[in-house]
Amino acid sequence: MTKDKIFVVIPAYNEAKRISTVITDLLKHNYQIVVVDDGSTDNTWQILQNFPITKMRHKINRGQGATLQTGTDYAFQAGAEIIVHFDGDGQFVAEEIYQAIQPIISQTADIVLGSRFLTRNHKIPAFKKYIILPISKIINYFFTGLKLTDAHCGFRAMNRAAASKIHITQDGMSHNTEIVAQIKKHDLKYKEVPVTVIYHEFGQGISGGFKIIRELLLDKLIK
Amino acid sequence: MLIQILISLFALFALWRIFLKKRKSELKTSEYLIWLILWLAIGIIVWIPNATQKLADLLGIGRGVDLVLYISIIILFYLIFRIYIHLEKIERNITKVVRKDALDEK
Repeated sequence: MTKDKIFVVIPAYNEAKRISTVITDLLKHNYQIVVVDDGSTDNTWQILQNFPITKMRHKINRGQGATLQTGTDYAFQAGAEIIVHFDGDGQFVAEEIYQAIQPIISQTADIVLGSRFLTRNHKIPAFKKYIILPISKIINYFFTGLKLTDAHCGFRAMNRAAASKIHITQDGMSHNTEIVAQIKKHDLKYKEVPVTVIYHEFGQGISGGFKIIRELLLDKLIK
Repeated sequence: MLIQILISLFALFALWRIFLKKRKSELKTSEYLIWLILWLAIGIIVWIPNATQKLADLLGIGRGVDLVLYISIIILFYLIFRIYIHLEKIERNITKVVRKDALDEK
């Protein structure tokens, strides 16, 4: 597996403060980097011009799920063998990518899902850890039928076969659950891998959670 | 008596508007028929004494007015639900266009 076939897709919305650090860290590893600017209103797009990476832009903001799918489509068309989803806000650690994708390289998994709970070193805000996350696990199980230690982590990587089968239609944050549901539907081999998540901000809170549940229910009705 | 006249006049007005829209092809035939029948029915029922009360008694509801309210609310919920779904479809279509534009410009 050569690094020019490993694509890291980064969705970015108003990440002017952090995106430079994220990209600089990733550039040290020689992956193919694809940043999709989701209609940022700050100067994220201008900052991206300074880097030797693939960059593209949603002219209108669509949501993280939509942005990841756009980047994934590009990577797939560009011949990627492994596609990594990596947050643009500095929550994830670039060094961990290599270890995380080993199950895909050794062909024991089609898709790996990051889990915050397989390592000891994570500083998650207490309210999130003891209330929001356990509830999200139950909801995830209800909507997908898969039992995961971490139901809602934005870090994942998939091989080409998985990328051809998974298609995110949830534009917002409920893509995490949608992807898990599609893993089950297409019977893909999955594995959870430990990832470190650094919380600069809270991320999805309770209102975010309700929005996600609403999106998932609406999706069931549309289909 | 007055309310019956007012409602009948309004029903006539609504029928006229519907007819105009149909002529300009702004309404599908199926929708046209539904609205036509609805407003004709309203225009007629309003002249049958206690029509809603009789129907309410048949269904076991207190007053004719209550019956009209219950039915209206159910219809409204249903219409809102339909609108909600339609909006979601529109959002997904917008994403498809925005995505294509982003990928084409790459």
